[in-house]
Amino acid sequence: MSQIIGGIFTSHVPGIGNAIAKGVQQDPYWKPFFDGFDPVHRFLAAEKPDVAVVFYNDHGLNFFLDKMPTFAIGAAPEYRHEDEGWGIAFQRPYPGHTDLSWHIIEQVVENEFDPVTCQSMLVDHAVAVPFELCWPGDEPFTTKLVPIAINTVQHPLPSPKRCYDLGKAVGNAIESYGSDEKVVVFGTGGLSHQLEGERAGHINVDYDKFCLRNLAPDPEALLQHDTLDIVELAGSQGVEILNWIAARGALHGSVRELASNYHVPISNTAAATVLLENRATVGA
Amino acid sequence: MLPFSKLVREGKRAIPGTLVFDGDAAQAGYAINAMCYSFNNAENRAKFVEDEEAYMESYGLSEDQRKAVRDRDVLAMLAAGGNVYYLAKLAGILGLNVQDLGALQTGMSLEDFKANLMSHGMTETHVADDERIVA
Repeated sequence: MSQIIGGIFTSHVPGIGNAIAKGVQQDPYWKPFFDGFDPVHRFLAAEKPDVAVVFYNDHGLNFFLDKMPTFAIGAAPEYRHEDEGWGIAFQRPYPGHTDLSWHIIEQVVENEFDPVTCQSMLVDHAVAVPFELCWPGDEPFTTKLVPIAINTVQHPLPSPKRCYDLGKAVGNAIESYGSDEKVVVFGTGGLSHQLEGERAGHINVDYDKFCLRNLAPDPEALLQHDTLDIVELAGSQGVEILNWIAARGALHGSVRELASNYHVPISNTAAATVLLENRATVGA
Repeated sequence: MLPFSKLVREGKRAIPGTLVFDGDAAQAGYAINAMCYSFNNAENRAKFVEDEEAYMESYGLSEDQRKAVRDRDVLAMLAAGGNVYYLAKLAGILGLNVQDLGALQTGMSLEDFKANLMSHGMTETHVADDERIVA
């Protein structure tokens, strides 16, 4: 059976992609953020996961307002990043895992979720930046991708509880998958930030620390706020924490924080990186 | 815990300084957002730069939306239904990054806007004692 070895939670600010494209990771502005990935690199080198199941939000590369899915699950043999309007396109393709994608789709529908399914799909910086952060360089990606997009663009957004429950259903689906795959789940985006309006530049360290403190031991604490509460607390893009909540829902073994890095600011964002391990619960 | 806003506008919860992009905004903003979505393509960006008015006409922008684009007035673009995820692509064409956008919207100077972000500046790192991740 397949196992979920852990979760990686990280901001996905486009500016991080710019910094990677320019090779300025060691500049004083960027270094404290990129250094947060050292433990993640060691973990990935030690564990060598076969698959990454990534909860993220599309920012207008693959989805537009003409057809805006609340949840969408990729089932493509390969995914690509493309120019999102500012001329950067990461070149390395992301190998898919269609068999696991369809298993997840079948299982979550069985559990009364109704995702859009995508046999062809572009992934934007919310997948590309985390992959570049986790596996830097030019080598082809060997960890296969199953992308799961959550609408954080057009309200009404799914509730935090719904995202958490989707994550639980996805976690159960992964663990019931017959092949022996080692899977890491990702939640990307956040933490607090707001790009638009008179409150642009909003950052809420208290809310971010609340999330970071509770993510591993008590994720249901994050469900006490509805989506508009989160918009008010964390900013209109801080609501990307929904991706973290979904990814955390997929971890239901014994969960422990291995590393975390909270660095403010990156661009207009309070940036964070968290690595959680997930083990089977201890038997009697 | 912080007290939540009790403001209500037009029967909807109002969050200070924040426009919630809901169904009403998505309908009102469809044309300007569709135009911005087209800017994923570099050829379309070039066409816009070549003739902004013709490009806006081809996407059927409302007069409010055209005026907001002409004036480079980000708050007016938002008021006319623009969504920041799509407007970000227009901002790229105009050579504005998100700090520039923040300064324009808040009325701060760019330096003050950046200083405000830096006022929250901190780095907090925790690494567990685990052989897989210790250097």
